[in-house]
Amino acid sequence: MTAPAPLTATPARTATAVVTGIGVIAPTGTGTEAYWSATLDGRGAIAAIGRFDASGYPATLAGEVPGFAASEHLPGRLIPQTDRTTQMSLAATSWALADAEITPSELDEFGMGVVTAATAGGFEFGHYELEKLCGRGNKHVSAYQSIAWFYAVNTGQISIHNGMRGPSGVLVSDHAGGLDAVAHARRQIRKGSDLIVSGGVDGAVCSWGLVAQWAAGTLSESRDPSGAYLPFDLAASGYVPGEGGAILIVENAASAVRRRAPRIYGVIAGYASTFDPREGSGRAPGLRRAIELGLADAGIGPGDVDVVFADAFGTPELDRIEVDAIACVFAAYGVPVTAPKTMTGRLFGGGAALDIAAALLSIRDGVIPPTVNVDLAPGYPIDLVAGSARTATVRTALVLARGHRGFNSVAVIRSPEAIAA
Amino acid sequence: MTRRVAITGIGVVAPGGVGVKEFWSLLTDGRTATRRITLFDPSPFRSQVAAEVDFEPAALGLGPQEIRRMDRAAQLAVVAAREAVAGSGLDVAGTRPHRVGVSLGSAVGATIGLEDEYRVVSDNGKLRLVDHRYAQPHLYDYYVPSSFAAEVAWTVGAEGPATVVSTGCTSGIDSVGYGCELIREGSADVMIAGATDAPISPMSAAAFDAIKATTPHNDDPEHASRPFDARRKGFVLGEGAAVFVLEEIEHAKKRGAHVYAEIVGFASRCNAFHMTGLRADGREMAEAIRIALREARLDGTEIGYINAHGSGTKQNDRHETAAFKRSLGEHAYRTPVSSIKSMVGHSLGAIGSIEIAASALAIEHGVVPPTANLHNPDPECDLDYVPLVAREHRPHVVLTVGSGFGGFQSAMLLADHERVRR
Repeated sequence: MTAPAPLTATPARTATAVVTGIGVIAPTGTGTEAYWSATLDGRGAIAAIGRFDASGYPATLAGEVPGFAASEHLPGRLIPQTDRTTQMSLAATSWALADAEITPSELDEFGMGVVTAATAGGFEFGHYELEKLCGRGNKHVSAYQSIAWFYAVNTGQISIHNGMRGPSGVLVSDHAGGLDAVAHARRQIRKGSDLIVSGGVDGAVCSWGLVAQWAAGTLSESRDPSGAYLPFDLAASGYVPGEGGAILIVENAASAVRRRAPRIYGVIAGYASTFDPREGSGRAPGLRRAIELGLADAGIGPGDVDVVFADAFGTPELDRIEVDAIACVFAAYGVPVTAPKTMTGRLFGGGAALDIAAALLSIRDGVIPPTVNVDLAPGYPIDLVAGSARTATVRTALVLARGHRGFNSVAVIRSPEAIAA
Repeated sequence: MTRRVAITGIGVVAPGGVGVKEFWSLLTDGRTATRRITLFDPSPFRSQVAAEVDFEPAALGLGPQEIRRMDRAAQLAVVAAREAVAGSGLDVAGTRPHRVGVSLGSAVGATIGLEDEYRVVSDNGKLRLVDHRYAQPHLYDYYVPSSFAAEVAWTVGAEGPATVVSTGCTSGIDSVGYGCELIREGSADVMIAGATDAPISPMSAAAFDAIKATTPHNDDPEHASRPFDARRKGFVLGEGAAVFVLEEIEHAKKRGAHVYAEIVGFASRCNAFHMTGLRADGREMAEAIRIALREARLDGTEIGYINAHGSGTKQNDRHETAAFKRSLGEHAYRTPVSSIKSMVGHSLGAIGSIEIAASALAIEHGVVPPTANLHNPDPECDLDYVPLVAREHRPHVVLTVGSGFGGFQSAMLLADHERVRR
């Protein structure tokens, strides 16, 4: 038996991962430009839930994607086989690929992979199948149940419908998953893939989904759409759930240049992830360490960061932890902080991916989108971009995301120019 | 400096027994743990057999609040994680908690917990608008299965990167692969990695019945899982968990840890063909095997044992047989191949990790587990499937593969630390 040579770092392991395409499907806009113009204008989409009668629940609001008709975007046969979130993720993937001017059939099929974030899979689809199982009996359960509800459905369907045979992945880390997925996409680029479809489209706007989300005790019970989700505000009392997210085309920079990609929005320059110590341990929460590790991974210092897209959970305890972490790393009022998710609600596995999209668009347009409805609480020493958008040169953005029970992830997104310099 | 990944702890909760010892004795005896379903009344279902774990959480050390809080799948994972860490001798608190991460696979998350809760809040499906007043506070932890990674992180004291990897039936290979990648890139020195699933519920049974994926061999439950046999008619649902202490090799050596095996290669590929269907040529699984070999810098001829996916569906058994031939050529015919699903069933996302445990133990003990119930080989499946009886054979390199809904194909290579990596 020959002893194999040890693994050595190949050039691919240091490959630069860039974003060349964005597909947004958000409560504030379907399509990147619709989303972005609403976001810069501060037009929120949180409203009373329209898809079912939620008036009898303690939490009645959500950020719903308006006017999405799956039949306009997908082959008819797929519609009965898929949940709405899968339909939205397939549409967003098409838009992202078109934005990047990619025709998958023209590229190496094993060079393209898919890594998405999920939290609940095709939950609404599963709701109605559970209803059939319990109400009418096991013989009434759909033949599509086994493939429509599970957490891997979006990755699977995206790979099938775009002929992508490279690495696959699905990460579930509650609201932090969107960053973990994009970081894993970068990892696959470094291991040799040319292109990974990444991000996340998530949510469950059905009564069973709402009740499951509400059970954690962190949904806002306010009925005022502009007064319900108020991170960093004295009146913070939880968050509003939403649906949607963003699909990003993550590419090896060298292959993007080689195929003359129309644009490079930015670079996935840094990432880190930590988990909080268990309750009662007396040890510090892990967010600050995640920020420090993420900056180190990007090879930059706090002074290089032009904007922080906050997790902005919306409960006093978690807001305080985030403010402390930001103020500690960047000094009081040391960096602009924003939370455009105050317009959409929190999109679970889709939210952090949408924040990366917003960060990339901030870099493109030199503008920081606002946090809406929030009056910054006294004692929170952060420079919150509240009310209206702020013009700024953005070369480096830090995106923060946290998940229920203690997940902390951060991503550093930089302009191509910042990397070159 | 290249960072290598060692398995220094193993914990298994599988049908037929709790703990590594019970698991390995079941496999090497060639006993089966499949039976008529007891977790619910299976009589209305087409497939009425499963491989169940006789699981007594309180007797295994879980407290009343842990039992209330956690779905069965999370409980299985926590018990397996505790065995793995205890056996490894690792002192997480005395290490550096932030260099210890968690990567846990699960295909269907808290499916039992969700189904049970749904029955209550919907009053057995009567209420389209479910009644929130009957929801229990841990419902959100069932809703998003990253809670499983949180439970494992809490139980071992990990504060590094934590996540759940949920790629259907390849979750248990992919989660361990994810853990290896984090160690290699330097994001962690130790990963508590593995997978769990507890899918034996009316909804799972109904969903698999609807596509005739599970076996209708209800008259002979003990012999219902028949991979590579001409009379197989589908897989037997299982449950369980396997969790490993994965450790950077120098970290393991420094503390004098026992190394079961090294994980030297991993790759996943999509077939981009069909959510449940497989193409007969095994092309994408072969590609995953090829890439895993490349990562390990091993030649296919060095593989001494293949732990097959071997689910016992006709299309799978033929698909992977083709994949082994396509990737390994003539060597496929010389290599023992076996499916432990013949004994412990198919526990969806968990089985990949349970099969990694079997692969590591095969290296450790120099015994290859058999494929039980293989009396009449499918003529299309013409490799050496180690029928019925375990075999004394010391593989230095083991290939384990998985295949799942969504078109996912994964391959992992384990190597004997002493013989291959000196």
